[in-house]
Amino acid sequence: MDKILDIKDLHVSFVTYGGEVQAVRGVNLELYKGETLAIVGESGCGKSVTANSIMKLIPSPPGKIKHGSIHFKGKDMTKLSNKEVRKIRGVDISMIFQDPMTALNPTLTIGDQLTEGIKQHRKISAKQANHHAIDMLKLVGIPNPDERMKQYPHQFSGGMRQRIVIAMALICEPELLIADEPTTALDVTIQAQILQLFQKIQRETGVSIILITHDLGIVAKVANRIAVMYAGKVIETGTRQEIFYHPNHPYTQGLLNSVPRLDQKGERLIPIDGTPPDLFAPPEGCPFTARCPKAMEVCSRIYPFQTELSQTHAVECWLQDERAKKYIASS
Amino acid sequence: MAKYIIKRFALMVITVLIIATLTFFLMNLLPGSPLNEERSTNEAVQQNLEAHFNLDEPLIVQYVLYLKSIATLDFGPSIKQPTETVNSLLSRGFPISAELGIWTILTAVISGIALGVFAALKHNGLIDYIAMTVAVLGISVPNFVLATLLIQELAVNRDFFPAATWSSPAHMVLPILALATGPMAIIARLTRSSMLETLTQDYIKTARAKGLSPVKVIIKHALRNALMPVVTILGTLMAGILTGTFVIEKIFAIPGMGKYFVDSINQRDYPVIMGTTVFYSAFLVFMLFLVDIAYGLLDPRIKLHDEGGG
Ligand SMILES: Nc1ncnc2c1ncn2[C@@H]1O[C@H](COP(=O)(O)OP(=O)(O)OP(=O)(O)O)[C@@H](O)[C@H]1O
Ligand code: SF4
Ligand SMILES: [Mg+2]
Repeated sequence: MDKILDIKDLHVSFVTYGGEVQAVRGVNLELYKGETLAIVGESGCGKSVTANSIMKLIPSPPGKIKHGSIHFKGKDMTKLSNKEVRKIRGVDISMIFQDPMTALNPTLTIGDQLTEGIKQHRKISAKQANHHAIDMLKLVGIPNPDERMKQYPHQFSGGMRQRIVIAMALICEPELLIADEPTTALDVTIQAQILQLFQKIQRETGVSIILITHDLGIVAKVANRIAVMYAGKVIETGTRQEIFYHPNHPYTQGLLNSVPRLDQKGERLIPIDGTPPDLFAPPEGCPFTARCPKAMEVCSRIYPFQTELSQTHAVECWLQDERAKKYIASS
Repeated sequence: MAKYIIKRFALMVITVLIIATLTFFLMNLLPGSPLNEERSTNEAVQQNLEAHFNLDEPLIVQYVLYLKSIATLDFGPSIKQPTETVNSLLSRGFPISAELGIWTILTAVISGIALGVFAALKHNGLIDYIAMTVAVLGISVPNFVLATLLIQELAVNRDFFPAATWSSPAHMVLPILALATGPMAIIARLTRSSMLETLTQDYIKTARAKGLSPVKVIIKHALRNALMPVVTILGTLMAGILTGTFVIEKIFAIPGMGKYFVDSINQRDYPVIMGTTVFYSAFLVFMLFLVDIAYGLLDPRIKLHDEGGG
């Protein structure tokens, strides 16, 4: 399979009055053509910052990509000029944000907002752009698209607006779609519809999707691969099966224990105790040490190396080290 | 829309009528009358004059006559300047005041918005600090103080601009500056804060994620939304500028409506007071109406025809 995105050792910081927030601290991620990668993790672990870095949408100042590379189809996004990045935004890579109520400009018509991207990037007439937009609205399931084009965002429901946002993101036929919690603000039935829409679009267009979410239920439904983030790092990645059935990192295990599962009805959920570390002064060792039920002496001092459990499954935890097994056996 | 406009128009008429009525009775409460300073005139002349201007009638009759003059838009002769009618004063003074007012509004709005936008884009930079310092000064210095300073510095000490009257574009610079600085500063500060807030909105991120150029993001997506609060205060600012013209016209000896208005009050020239007041209030009420329409056009969420259930 073709690798379309390759993030290596990404570091992103925000310089604030209080000091430097090290939001992303050495993230490695890969994405292949036509797959859906889910990024999961607690609030504040750096999911959005990672996603925004891909298109260089980090507000700067205060934000800055300090280190690392983001290769999209061979080009390093971190090295491109703003102008070159603008040619990729909305064309090759599109982004969908969490809240459809605020993602659309309240003072412009849907038609205007749908077509402005394609007008900017392609040499097409206003009429062609309109046709295109209407086709997209049909694709995402908006009835009466011709009339709807002339309406304003406040005339649509939340679910409809998110469909419009999706149509807007897809209008230039991007190869990569980044969706940052696209269904969090919607109610459950609408959520399911939007997820089905993603799957349908992926089947029809072959777009690769990065899906950021808190909701492991969604992940179980749509993700091919999963990256679990904690305190600015990807601590475990693997296929859906690997993460759900053989979670290796204690944090991943904790995360899975804290969601209701269909096959264990009635059992109590065990949320993970404690809070993630302060990213102003992140710990030198494993950031999960303070909350980890299996923490060892080494954990707080040295960050664990990455261990590859299979071609697709990698984890960053000292428990994978040969010496840890002896240590556990002896204690 | 048509229904809304008719409704608004009716409201405007009522507002002007209320203002006119209040002015009429307040004016009659003022000590003195247009004629009683002229003690030298003999009794007969005095009575003739009073009869001529209907001042001998009961107040209520005067009021009705006055309403009639509003309805016919003919405010009769001035008492103090026998060769003038109120209408002739208005038609001579209004174009000059309007010129001063329009230039002031344009200067204040354009430079205020530009300053606010630049300050927001260079948030916490040097331009921001300079712009906001100017703004604070502009808001805190009253226009008559500024006018005096400007005359002293730029007309008396240095011969850059003429100090008074209204006869060439150069004459217009100082009064417009004096009158526009305050509103400009208010607009600049409001634009800046509203722009800063707008720039953090999700739809700005969406627009950037589409690959639009920064100029397009700012002009098309941010500015329009950022200007909503500015439009809402425009009505208040216009009222301020309008009253400001009284003072500024007096200081710069500009022969506008404001001068006649102030003089007429000092001289108890009843018809002129009433005529100018009605004219000013009608004008202002109409401007506020235009602002409302503009707001409705800017923000599609406001449906003019839905307002007030009608
Ligand atoms: N503009 C900013 N200025 C300062 N700090 C920021 C900024 N944006 C993000 N951060 C910090 O970066 C860290 C990661 O934030 P991020 O938004 O990526 O979290 P997240 O994983 O997306 O969380 P959530 O699930 O709540 O969306 C947080 O600690 C946050 O405080
Ligand atoms: S490295 Fe240590 S603290 Fe971190 S998850 Fe593994 S066992 Fe727990
Ligand atoms: Mg987020």
